Amino acid sequence: MDVIAFYVFGAIAIAASLGVIGQRNPMHSVMLLIASFGALAGLYVILDAPFTAVTQIIIYAGAIMVLFLFVVMLLNVPREEPAPRSLAGTLGGGGIKAAALLSVAMGIELVYAVYSLEHVSFSPGHSGSVSSVANIGQALFTKHAFAFEVTSVLILVAMIGAVILAQKEHH
Amino acid sequence: MVPLNYFLVLSGVLFAIGTAGVFLRRNLITVLLSIEIMLNAVNLTFVAVGRYLGTVDGQIIVFFVMTVAAAEAAVGLALVISLFRHRETLSPDAFTALKW
Repeated sequence: MDVIAFYVFGAIAIAASLGVIGQRNPMHSVMLLIASFGALAGLYVILDAPFTAVTQIIIYAGAIMVLFLFVVMLLNVPREEPAPRSLAGTLGGGGIKAAALLSVAMGIELVYAVYSLEHVSFSPGHSGSVSSVANIGQALFTKHAFAFEVTSVLILVAMIGAVILAQKEHH
Repeated sequence: MVPLNYFLVLSGVLFAIGTAGVFLRRNLITVLLSIEIMLNAVNLTFVAVGRYLGTVDGQIIVFFVMTVAAAEAAVGLALVISLFRHRETLSPDAFTALKW
């Protein structure tokens, strides 16, 4: 049962991610990425992490992707323009091919490295302690309390930075 | 139960797709989306290994990664908006003023 769910969600995640980088229309890319995040939330549920699955949906698919959608609609650039001839000449179609080759090589290398590890199964005993939201909250506000507080400063700085960067310049 | 390796392989594949997107796309918004794919691939690794080790630390790191991703998206998109105001394009090839 778990294995079937894993294959289904994994296939959706990979297909949607390939769609994201294959689309010329940024609006479709954002929609496909939301589908990919939904599939990842399903994988988190398989991994006994319901809290992370819900956060994934609310923060990623709900907040961050809506921000992207806003910008795509605000800027109104429906399609990626094809590369100008001169630039394609200097950068070369070879550069693009080399980049594609490099990323495929990295993917194969990662998969090979993981496959050559010995296959490990999850121990079933842990599932309760990992999935408990109470445990997560306790660790977050005791062991990781400092990092949690620093995060609030980070968010404040990002907010001020975004407001200043996006405001119109007054000459 | 699905073995840990399956999740790590899936995560590696997703990360490679994200890298390919950063290299191949000529649209700043799609490049930011590819970075989100890579962040999510790493999140999957954290949750899977955290589940394997039986600790909640993996999920807590994912929580922090999500916050950083939100901050990154906000600042990155603000940059995209101000760049678009200057050049009326989103192609990274158009912004070469700092290139030596």
